[in-house]
Amino acid sequence: MSQSAQSDTRVIEVNALARVEGEGALYLRVHDGAIADLKFRIYEPPRFFEALLEGRDFRDAPDITARICGICPMAYILSACQAMEAAAGVSVTGPLRDLRRLAYCGEWIQSHVLHVFLLHAPDFLGYDDSIQLSRDHPEVVKKALKLKKLGNQVLEVIGGRAVHPVNFRVGGLHCVPRRSAIEGLTDDLERGLETAIELTRFTAGLAFPGFDDDYLSVSLRHADEYAIHEGRIAGSDGLDIPVSEFETHFDEEHKAHSNALYGVRKGSRGPYLVGPVARYNNNQRQLSPLARELAAEIGLGETVTNPFRSIQVRMVETVYAVEEALRLVRGYRAPEAPAVEAMPRSARGSGCTEAPRGICFHRYDLDPDGRIQAARIVPPTSQNQRQIERDLRGVVERHMSLPDDELRWVCEQAIRNYDPCISCATHFLKLTVERV
Amino acid sequence: MASRRPKLAVWKFSSCDGCQLSLLDCEDELLALAESVEIAYFLEASRAEIAGPYDISLVEGSITTPQEAERIRRVRAQSRALITIGACATTGGIQALKNLRPLDELVNTVYAHRDYIESLATSTPVLDHVRVDFELHGCPINKHQLLEVLNATLNGRRPTVPAYSQCIECKLAATVCVMVAEGKPCLGPVTQAGCGNLCPACDRGCFACFGPVETPNTSALSERLKALGMDARSLQHYYRLFTNNAPAFREASKAHESVSPE
Repeated sequence: MSQSAQSDTRVIEVNALARVEGEGALYLRVHDGAIADLKFRIYEPPRFFEALLEGRDFRDAPDITARICGICPMAYILSACQAMEAAAGVSVTGPLRDLRRLAYCGEWIQSHVLHVFLLHAPDFLGYDDSIQLSRDHPEVVKKALKLKKLGNQVLEVIGGRAVHPVNFRVGGLHCVPRRSAIEGLTDDLERGLETAIELTRFTAGLAFPGFDDDYLSVSLRHADEYAIHEGRIAGSDGLDIPVSEFETHFDEEHKAHSNALYGVRKGSRGPYLVGPVARYNNNQRQLSPLARELAAEIGLGETVTNPFRSIQVRMVETVYAVEEALRLVRGYRAPEAPAVEAMPRSARGSGCTEAPRGICFHRYDLDPDGRIQAARIVPPTSQNQRQIERDLRGVVERHMSLPDDELRWVCEQAIRNYDPCISCATHFLKLTVERV
Repeated sequence: MASRRPKLAVWKFSSCDGCQLSLLDCEDELLALAESVEIAYFLEASRAEIAGPYDISLVEGSITTPQEAERIRRVRAQSRALITIGACATTGGIQALKNLRPLDELVNTVYAHRDYIESLATSTPVLDHVRVDFELHGCPINKHQLLEVLNATLNGRRPTVPAYSQCIECKLAATVCVMVAEGKPCLGPVTQAGCGNLCPACDRGCFACFGPVETPNTSALSERLKALGMDARSLQHYYRLFTNNAPAFREASKAHESVSPE
């Protein structure tokens, strides 16, 4: 321990967190061996998206909200599309729905592999970054980059480009992708599946810092499939509600030290968990046999209680996403029309999809001309923020005896368990929403 | 004898992270790039920080807080070449829509506690604050253009990035004009090329992710868009997307201001 004899207070600060998307910081003060203060602070500047959307046409929301996050634009695009479709009273089914799911698989693959190998794995193996990791494990990093590229390829084939794709719209797509382009993904996906399996096994050899919590897992759930882009909202406490009731059951608190709101479950005011571990805990029985077998092989049980194992869950989900993409490509039927027509009307619409980091909720109130009167967006990282702080407390208590620099690193690693997308989390939302 | 590798730094201001992600999206080139330059500061990718000065700084994001206005000066002071990447850094980004409304109104619309928030009244491009050596446009940038700019800068030459309009890209790719053939609104005639002809190829009009060309004739295009049936508000909103604060688009949208009560 590095503390001096005169002082029994240790202060650990990380002023700019690395390997996260956005700007975050950590402040920890330990006094007499106990945590006196702990804050996970998001200082990414606010960009006021909800206010900027006011007065815009309902069809503008997908492209504008995509710009909240360059890592998971599909999550924003599709949540916004679904909310507008709900408001218009139309639904997107059949081949168009399949194409959306396929694109979403692409986003999961690129985002998960980016996080696991470029951002998180270096923590487990004691490297500052993946460039260092690649010097000792060149094949692993090369394979990961190739798999990540495959996710981007899927997005490009359907959406035109990977970051802020252009082909999605309320009601469906602007144009139907060429059949040959969709079918052209088959070989790469087959090879990608092999790579994904191999990289998943790589995570079996990692050492996981000790810490467990009894999480309240919240995710989408769908009757027929492992929920990705559609479903009801389910909680491990038995909650089962349609997306439109999200705001009845979940709330957000605004605190001085962070530029993002804190998600809480109404009633208990307690934290809850969204993201890969929550999805796995709620829906793992709906994963493919291969993904479930691999999960068991690398040491995951029916429920995951150690957040450091989220890196493994991401890889299991990656295997599933590649398999699912392959299934959708093989069964591809071209939609008859690129979109269903959504006519504006005065209504409220909600949408929710499983961003790689957890549920991303949108709600819009529209006037009779389809102009947005009010918008509310609840991204995954602000929902996880409170749980991140609770994890950090637990991790610090368990690892208090570590020297400062090692304790700091394990705290950073614990934050990166959440793949926090801080750019997403920062656009403040009203605590109470008034309806006009 | 091996010379010292040039030091590369990547800085983030108000943005979505998508443009710096474009660097990590260079899957085939990333490891080679890491060998030819020393990645000295890239917070999204590494916890290692090597002190400046830096040979090349890539700057993503716009300036929206007093701290950012301060920080960009420090970045400039430490950088030999400062290259801005993306619509936020080069024009102020989508969040520059805030420039059109009083800050308090925005804050009160979205916040519970006004006093927790520190924000400037405007979102502005980096060029409004410090000297910039090269601006790379796009929302997001095109990763091939990014590699070209890095390559050129490392080799002391001007980057080859087309300055012509989106229309030329459509002609080069033999893409049928969506405005002429289908009467769809398109900003292609006034928008800089660079995305790779994406929207018209998807049967959609361009919505100006790459910002205005050098000498855009927006008034002629606005007349054409009106003739296609676009009302004044839709026309105004069309210019008010990711590069709304680029002077040419700001002026073009203001021409339709009186009809909008916003």
